[in-house]
Amino acid sequence: MMNKLILGRYMPGDSLIHRLDSRAKLVASFYFIGIIFMANNWQTYLLAAVFTLFAILLSKVDLKFFIRGVKPLIWLILFTVALQIMFTRGGEVYWEWGVFSITEFGLTNGVFIFCRFVLIIFMSTLLTLTTPPLELSDAIEYLLRPLKVVRFPVHEVSLMLSIALRFVPTLMDETEKIMNAQRARGVDFGEGSLIQKMKAVVPLLIPLFVSSFNRAEDLATAMEARGYQGGDGRTKYRVLHWHNRDTMVVVAFVLLTIALIFLRS
Amino acid sequence: MMQPIIELKNITYKYQPDDVNPALKDVSFSINKGEWIAIIGHNGSGKSTLAKTINGLLMPETGTVNVGELSLNEENVWTIRKMVGMVFQNPDNQFVGSTVEDDVAFGLENQGIPREEMVERVKAALEAVRMSEFSKKEPARLSGGQKQRVAIAGVVALRPDIIILDEATSMLDPEGRAEVISTIQKIKEESNLTVISITHDIDEAANANRIFVMRQGELVNEGTPEEIFSAGPELIKLGLDLPFPEKLKAALKERGIDVPSEYLTEEGMVDWLWTSVLKK
Repeated sequence: MMNKLILGRYMPGDSLIHRLDSRAKLVASFYFIGIIFMANNWQTYLLAAVFTLFAILLSKVDLKFFIRGVKPLIWLILFTVALQIMFTRGGEVYWEWGVFSITEFGLTNGVFIFCRFVLIIFMSTLLTLTTPPLELSDAIEYLLRPLKVVRFPVHEVSLMLSIALRFVPTLMDETEKIMNAQRARGVDFGEGSLIQKMKAVVPLLIPLFVSSFNRAEDLATAMEARGYQGGDGRTKYRVLHWHNRDTMVVVAFVLLTIALIFLRS
Repeated sequence: MMQPIIELKNITYKYQPDDVNPALKDVSFSINKGEWIAIIGHNGSGKSTLAKTINGLLMPETGTVNVGELSLNEENVWTIRKMVGMVFQNPDNQFVGSTVEDDVAFGLENQGIPREEMVERVKAALEAVRMSEFSKKEPARLSGGQKQRVAIAGVVALRPDIIILDEATSMLDPEGRAEVISTIQKIKEESNLTVISITHDIDEAANANRIFVMRQGELVNEGTPEEIFSAGPELIKLGLDLPFPEKLKAALKERGIDVPSEYLTEEGMVDWLWTSVLKK
């Protein structure tokens, strides 16, 4: 069940993309989502697609992982595309029935929207596939730092994030163990009607909540015993390094932006 | 004359103010620098509560705690925590960092130690517990014994004067247990640490310099392992198990063999066995 989900998974590797600074990758991914909306004709979409495929190629991660990343969202994409096709008017009319119509503009719009979705998903999958969650949380902490001015608890949020990430595998194991223990006592997970299925989750969720709170308490005690007093006066063991290759990413994105501005109609 | 590093005087502690039976009742003792102390007692006898009062995780209701030159109060609780390192029972729940080195560095980060020094100290601490090759690993990929060794490294990196093991080996398999204990013993010898080990493992307690026996929040007995274990079967009444040589003695006695009444360590037992066989 957990293995099918590609979104948010990390594939260890040692490609150029893997070694990039996580801040560069995080900003670049968000920036890409922004500028993809500048694309509005065939040339610009082609450019964006080539750019994305080039990045994927550089990451040396198999393309099928990216396609699997799209899969859970495919119905949302198709639904949006269908709406676009049905309700956009203009150009040559191929088919009409009441408020529904398939027109030339509608079709091109549909294809564009489809490309936009897929490219955005590819880019964000690339980010999570090539960046360890830990580095991602470091990057988020770094980028949130300016918010300290408005008294945003940056240190607390980043600690929360890294503890949450560190406990994901532990809680997954725990869930599996509780499920097996309850199965051994006759609970059927994922069988029967919807209501029955939901009821079966109770003997899983309640122990899981209780053990999470216990864990939290133990962890808090352990942290205090090791002298944790909050963010003030703390130094950091993990540091991020900005290399030339990260500057290259910035340059590449600037070039892409310029090219998009020229090519858009 | 040895100087006491920890002194407790008339400590009483209640979890709820209206508890009839306090978790700790008028506990007093002192521990000298460099000693290995084992605290034993049945479940719910107040051993863990006692450990937590030493570094101020719990503030006692009455009585005083002195660590080093300082007496424990709100003001210098953090200075005392720097001197007292604690390793807890569950290896999973005390792992703060996402990787081994991050976790070892956590305590150092809290003290605001500059990064260059942290890198060195983390490396040295991981070497001391023989976990250097695991420095980049995530906790989910370690065994329980390895996680406890990382927790010890986290304490060692802080260079405390006292280490408290709060049932640190009770969730480990025999192999992990032996690993952790030998690691602590090695570190203790190298840096003259004071070790307080709270344990159910009688064989572990048998290696201590002194043993404190707790029952229902009270310190009921105190002495060297020889003194404590010579009580023999009396120990079972206190809710304790017998160390292995004592069990062997009891079994030999049942079979009509005359055994010495004083406590024997494992080596002592071996010596006694072979000499008594030769005598026959």
